[in-house]
Amino acid sequence: MSDPTGSGTIVHPDGEPSETAAKGRRMTASPGSTRPGTEKRQKPGRRGAADTSTVLAVPKGRTGAARILLGRDAVMIYVLLVVVLYACIVIPRFASPVTVGFLLLDVIPTLLIALPMTLVIISGEIDLSVASIAGLTSALMGVLWQGGMPIALVLVICVLAGLVAGAFNGVLIAYLGLPSLAVTIGTLALFRGLALVVIGDNAVANFPPGLTAFFTSKIGGTGIPTVMVGVVVLIVAFAIVLHFTPFGRGLFALGYSKEAATFVGIDVARSKFLLYLATGTVSALAGIYWTLRYSSARSDNASGLELAVIAAVLLGGVSIFGGKGSIPGVLAGVLLIGTINYALKLDRVSEVVLIIVTGSLLIISVVAPNVAAAIKQARHSRRVRSAPLP
Amino acid sequence: MSLDSKSAAPAHPAPGHQRRSALGSVLKLRELPVILALVILVTVTAALNPLFLSEQGIKDLLLNATILMILAVGQTLVIITRNIDLSVGSILGLVAFGTGSVFVAAPNLPIIAVFGIGILFGAVLGAVNGLLITVAKVPALVITLGTLYIFRGINNAWAGGTQYFAGDRPEAFGNLSVDTILGFPVITLIAVVVVAIVAVYMLGTRPGRDLYAIGSDPEAARLFGIPVTRRVLMAFVVNGALAGLAGVLYASRFNSVGATTGSGLELDVVAAAVVGGVAIFGGSGTVVGAAIGALLLTTITSALTALRVDKFWQQAIVGILILAAVVIDRIAGVRAARKLRIAEARNV
Amino acid sequence: MRFISSGSTGRRAAFAALATSAALVLSACGGGAASEGGDSEGGSGSDGEQTITFIPKQLNNPYTDVVLGGGEDGATEAGFASSEVVGPLDASASSQVSFINAETQRGTNVIVIAANDPDAVGPALEEARTAGAKIVAFDSDTNPDYRDLFVSQVNAKDVALIQLELISEQIGGEGEIAILSATANATNQNEWIKFMEEELASNPDYANIELVAKVYGDDDDTKSFQEAQGLLQAYPDLKGIISPTTVGIAATARYLSTSEYKGKVALTGLGLPNEMRPFVKDGTVSEFALWDPAQLGYVAAFAGKALADGTITGEVGDTFEAGELGEREIGDGGIVLVGPPTQFNAENIDDYDF
Repeated sequence: MSDPTGSGTIVHPDGEPSETAAKGRRMTASPGSTRPGTEKRQKPGRRGAADTSTVLAVPKGRTGAARILLGRDAVMIYVLLVVVLYACIVIPRFASPVTVGFLLLDVIPTLLIALPMTLVIISGEIDLSVASIAGLTSALMGVLWQGGMPIALVLVICVLAGLVAGAFNGVLIAYLGLPSLAVTIGTLALFRGLALVVIGDNAVANFPPGLTAFFTSKIGGTGIPTVMVGVVVLIVAFAIVLHFTPFGRGLFALGYSKEAATFVGIDVARSKFLLYLATGTVSALAGIYWTLRYSSARSDNASGLELAVIAAVLLGGVSIFGGKGSIPGVLAGVLLIGTINYALKLDRVSEVVLIIVTGSLLIISVVAPNVAAAIKQARHSRRVRSAPLP
Repeated sequence: MSLDSKSAAPAHPAPGHQRRSALGSVLKLRELPVILALVILVTVTAALNPLFLSEQGIKDLLLNATILMILAVGQTLVIITRNIDLSVGSILGLVAFGTGSVFVAAPNLPIIAVFGIGILFGAVLGAVNGLLITVAKVPALVITLGTLYIFRGINNAWAGGTQYFAGDRPEAFGNLSVDTILGFPVITLIAVVVVAIVAVYMLGTRPGRDLYAIGSDPEAARLFGIPVTRRVLMAFVVNGALAGLAGVLYASRFNSVGATTGSGLELDVVAAAVVGGVAIFGGSGTVVGAAIGALLLTTITSALTALRVDKFWQQAIVGILILAAVVIDRIAGVRAARKLRIAEARNV
Repeated sequence: MRFISSGSTGRRAAFAALATSAALVLSACGGGAASEGGDSEGGSGSDGEQTITFIPKQLNNPYTDVVLGGGEDGATEAGFASSEVVGPLDASASSQVSFINAETQRGTNVIVIAANDPDAVGPALEEARTAGAKIVAFDSDTNPDYRDLFVSQVNAKDVALIQLELISEQIGGEGEIAILSATANATNQNEWIKFMEEELASNPDYANIELVAKVYGDDDDTKSFQEAQGLLQAYPDLKGIISPTTVGIAATARYLSTSEYKGKVALTGLGLPNEMRPFVKDGTVSEFALWDPAQLGYVAAFAGKALADGTITGEVGDTFEAGELGEREIGDGGIVLVGPPTQFNAENIDDYDF
């Protein structure tokens, strides 16, 4: 009933109250808990060592400033900085406004979709259908425009289509309680399939030149694409929603423990439904951007983008199990992959290297904190063990 | 908490239910919907285009399903433990190219040795996944997304523009996917044997059943004394080995193997398992179901072509099937839970 | 609840950090740009240090490798200071764009491209031209607005007709045939198919041949294989298949040679001799065609050199020397033809190695 993952019901037909209690206990445990041993044993396996309580239990003695400067987000930003500076020095011509322009134009679709994806993953769910929604939007855009509809109306319909696609995901996941991984694998195929049904093998290219030119235009001599203005507005909006509103804080609680979130009065179903609406809509925007930037509407546009987005989001420090993550971290993650990507291209290094680098970064980004946490944990428990009993 | 979990953990592939009534248990089978869908699909298609079930037609259907079937079986082991392996397409690609390279480097090597090398290679790649996931305690989705990229990258770096063609391999090897025994292509028989062995292993042996317990509740399984780490690692190694086998068979069946062989397969594989009734959050589903799921997905492709239906519909239909499978799984889960609750209420 | 509030302060600080670092980096880069810009103006101008970059549809494709091999030879002979090959690993429409962008920024003088989509690469090529690069399309054309020249295999119509002749011969002039193409948007494929359709409709020699289906294998081995299989099932009376793509014809040949249709259904099209050799020898395929792919890259390199030197502008009627292949003339639509296609069969296939 209150556990929409479907697995809990099978396993714990009678275990809901006790599980709630257990998770509730973990949640209220203060960072300075004196019982690290018990904490560890109660941790369910699927949360792994990425468990927030463990991580928070460790930096007990660290003051506010140190926490900020050594936090996960900050580290990502340092890495980004180092990579950018390194590229500026080592790769000829990288340090130029032209780079900023091309790089940003390349990352905008990932950047856009990463925003709602961050919220979705923080809330403990996932959406694999984003790239298919973008593709469907692109296909629809091509067909409607070719059919002679005014472009403004086409754009409105496309955004609405994204909204509807998101709502479809949302109803299945939030209200029917189906597992999001399975549902969105289904809609990944379904939406891409509908894109094929809509536009087939055709490609539509004759969009208004003024509009396509606008999408690749830059602001003055800065090299920053004009559309970045809109993207920045979205980034700020998502950051505010996630970090400075009760709804956003509720998402962390939701990802951390569904039962506890319900307990403190969060409307779980409604929150999730809204997230999928947002994902659908933003994916549609990314689809529109893709179509107009490449001035080509095709059914296979943006295919495979979902994995790139998820990789960037996870690299940005969002925990795949929910409850942890931030927009600045994700921005740094997206820009890091984008920068490495463009720097390698500019240096004419084969894309093969890029693939391997992306994969390794992803693995290191999740393995490294765990190893670090494990070492700290070991030290901490040794200290606790050697301390005289109270 | 520990007490509740203990009683729930071994509840899964409850053999007690099967004894009650044969018909009842058939109707309760998770695989039933997918079997029905397959039967209906084949019947309707064959009625409209008799060539669909001609000797060549059946052979093609089976051949098409073979590789996906083996991959789906391996994936099922992993999914049952509440993990996932997205890197199977890349493993298949690496092994397929490796097979091509082995034949070029050592043309006189016995075919069986090549199979051995391929399976071993796959198992090693699977072990990389498994070790990263179990030892470093990192989520499988993230790790295998990472190795999906890395293995593919290695494949690209290794292969470059090189492709090995059917002509580079011994004829006997290629004939494995041409010759038939009793109407079944040889490589399909290999797949069927694999499905059977894994199915028996999953239901009839302790380690196999442990996987279900782990997927149902990893914490409870650990408390119950199941070596969770070792079992999960084993699931990944077996999955890798099966992907390796699939890679060798791929090299036998298709014309060329190169840098991009097998890319994009991972979602098809997961889809086949889900359609076959394997719950994505672990603890339930069978390898037979997953194998039939794979057969259904590949049969749809052939059926649409045979019926001359616009092929654009194919992917949308696959999507709808996956959603249907998820909904059916959910309904079954709710019903099972209700029954369990009633049963336990009586026990009190 | 404490972790939430502490997280929030962390976030706020992280924003600040991100903003500061962004500003830092931008200023650092900006500073670099001024000096770098000064150097590059003089560096890549017209002082003979010309560079050429080939962007194929996709890397790691055997046909492409042969084309690029010819391109590298041509670039060296034509006198380019450096020649590079960059490109995506997947042949999707948009994947070439960021490569074009990077080349634009490097100030490459000549970009030679085989377009995955005639329009998707357009805006990026426009930018490259604005920055001074010459654009030569080869193998698969872009929209003519975006390039200076297109180096074509051969006359599109000739390619189409030779394949029709071959299939007609092989099926005895009557029966159902089908086409197994690459991607549905491939410019070159669609042009050939169009000419084939027109010829089938107008030429009385082909009155008894019926084109029943066109399917697309996306230049993917597995997909082409299954499309071939589907064709034979859906059209039991099919007599022949034309596959005007090297991946498609090889996959189809592989299917035919392993099925009961071997020797009963004819297959022809455009294939690489090295890939097709076993199927010609085992009788699955009797004859197919192709131009020499290496010449394509070779001529494109010389065309690029002539454009970069300013000896030609891409006007119809301009001529340039293409090394050992002699003089080439630019025809209608800015198209340069390379040479006639060769037909390969059991007798001559061993004479070729590509």
